[in-house]
Amino acid sequence: MTAPLLAVRGLVKHFPLKKDVLGRGGGVVRAVDGLDFEVWQGETLGVVGESGCGKSTTARLLMHLIEPTAGEVVFDGARVGSRDLPLKAYHRQVQMVFQDSYASLNPRLTVEHSIAFGPQVHGVGRREATERARSLLAKVGLEPRRFAERYPHELSGGQRQRVNIARALALEPRIVILDEAVSALDKSVEAQVLNLLLDLKDEFGLTYVFISHDLQVVRFISDRVMVMYLGEVAEVGAAESLFEAPRHPYTAALLSSMPSMDPDRRIEQAPLAGDPPNPIDPPGGCRFHPRCPRAEAVCAQRAPARAGIARGGVACLMHEPGSGHAAAPGAAA
Amino acid sequence: MSGEPLVRIEDLSVTFRGGRAPVRAVGGVSLDVQRGEAVALIGESGSGKSVTLRTLLMLHPARRTAIGGRVTVAGRDVLSMRERELADYRGAVAAMIFQEPLLALDPVYTVGDQIVEAIRRHERIDAGAARARALGLFERVRIPSPERRLAAYPHEMSGGMRQRAMIALALACRPQLLLADEPTTALDATVQIQVLILLRELQRELGLGIVFVTHDIGAALEVADRIAVMYAGRIVEEGTARELIRAPRHPYTIALLKGRAHGALTRGQRLATIGGAPPDLSQLPPGCAFAERCAWAEAACRGTQPEPVTLAPSHRARCLRTDATAAAVSAAAAGAAATAPISAAPHVAPPR
Repeated sequence: MTAPLLAVRGLVKHFPLKKDVLGRGGGVVRAVDGLDFEVWQGETLGVVGESGCGKSTTARLLMHLIEPTAGEVVFDGARVGSRDLPLKAYHRQVQMVFQDSYASLNPRLTVEHSIAFGPQVHGVGRREATERARSLLAKVGLEPRRFAERYPHELSGGQRQRVNIARALALEPRIVILDEAVSALDKSVEAQVLNLLLDLKDEFGLTYVFISHDLQVVRFISDRVMVMYLGEVAEVGAAESLFEAPRHPYTAALLSSMPSMDPDRRIEQAPLAGDPPNPIDPPGGCRFHPRCPRAEAVCAQRAPARAGIARGGVACLMHEPGSGHAAAPGAAA
Repeated sequence: MSGEPLVRIEDLSVTFRGGRAPVRAVGGVSLDVQRGEAVALIGESGSGKSVTLRTLLMLHPARRTAIGGRVTVAGRDVLSMRERELADYRGAVAAMIFQEPLLALDPVYTVGDQIVEAIRRHERIDAGAARARALGLFERVRIPSPERRLAAYPHEMSGGMRQRAMIALALACRPQLLLADEPTTALDATVQIQVLILLRELQRELGLGIVFVTHDIGAALEVADRIAVMYAGRIVEEGTARELIRAPRHPYTIALLKGRAHGALTRGQRLATIGGAPPDLSQLPPGCAFAERCAWAEAACRGTQPEPVTLAPSHRARCLRTDATAAAVSAAAAGAAATAPISAAPHVAPPR
């Protein structure tokens, strides 16, 4: 296949801020600010970044749970929300699993009803939908005879997340967006759910967008990884090469912030100082420059080019020929 | 180990009543923490690690909690203290930082005022001197432009800054013991490592004893001198950070580390998992609580509660099969060129 399953072009989401009683404030939160990326059939795209980088907003934009300020999402060649691909048809193809397994289930529905609900809305008969729900429960490792009639509060966190996965699969989607879907689980349960996700991907030929702050898990599950910083793409690349040889200084800092797992090789100096800045008023030039250990004067003035980054690459002046950064290719040494 | 330890917990048990059945959250925990030592309690949800920590400050609802055993902190018997003594003890001898500073700090006072209030509750000192000390604390925890930040409300600070402010507040009355409940869990990766390094500095420079609870083994290894692994309300293994990462002997520790060691997460390979789920704390089995999920378990494991086995002066595990696990761990280490400390062990019981 030569076209991506999902293509995101120039996606922007600004949330306006309310003015206070004195009429002050009223800026915008630039949660997502010009995103281009692609998701290919059968792959897992990992999305990493710190709070405020826009990864969850991106997930909600992909699901069309919120209206983008600008830009478009193209699914299998058709623009989402256009006449060729109305939202209801799109939602059959793209489903989502959230972090909070409890909040995302209706407490008054048995898990079987929760799973069968979506198919029924989309015109599947009640009996067939229930059958599908039961078979999906079995697929996610919850024996239907024991679990079908239970309510969400009667399940553990891991079991509830399995139900959420079954529900996401009930419409036989092609893409599943997993927004911190394993982050709230204990490590041993997390491992079980990650294994389940791998199995289901094989069995149903799924494509995943896997959003997480846990770099180890992203590395484990992803084919390609997109690193976000303050609403923009910093770097996109194959998981192994990005983790082995990060090109963006932010990616490098993120990786070297991971605990060493060895009491004899503790991290002596934090790679970055301070917190990620606020996306209300992002810094000019390269948005990472105030925290970047490699920043030069030019980084405050000029935003790195992002042309073609959807296919992989890095948005950093150090890697941009003739950018004026001393480390850039072709710069006078 | 000379002299009295800073913290001595002896056979602590904590049972919560008021639900359908009493829940025995902690059953028979014994732990010493020396002055200036950092100890991490690790384990999964419901293992009793936070309950143990909170007992050190007596933060449980008194009416619905039955506490047994003995807890001594800096020579004081914590369990027998009355309200008034507790108020003097909290903050001045032992202080706690929490996972969510936004919930722990008071939203309607500036952080500076909260620190001044805490100092003046415990010491006869005028407001100016207290404020000067607060400023010093903010500098100590490396809050940039500290003077301006003292006048800030909690919601005006970023997450990492708030966590630093809470640490400053906890240190306000010069405690000897700092308790931390998942102090970095809510923080971003690049901020988490900053806070872990800060905790290490405070331990070293102020001679603080630190007990911190985390489910993140990486965070524990970054700070702790010793680590205690909890499961179903008991410490199942305890040793120095090195001992636990290089030579774990309890099957639960082995399984826990296996999932997280470097190289354990290899792309395209299935993860080793621990089958099953932790036991219900209101219906604990008579024997080892991990036996149902353990690949090494024998009939004897299910019959009696294993007593701690001393493996090295500082290393103990509550397991009857430590010989078998030792063989498995060293065989795996020899095989795996020891880059990944644990990729050991047969495993594991199928999920039920």
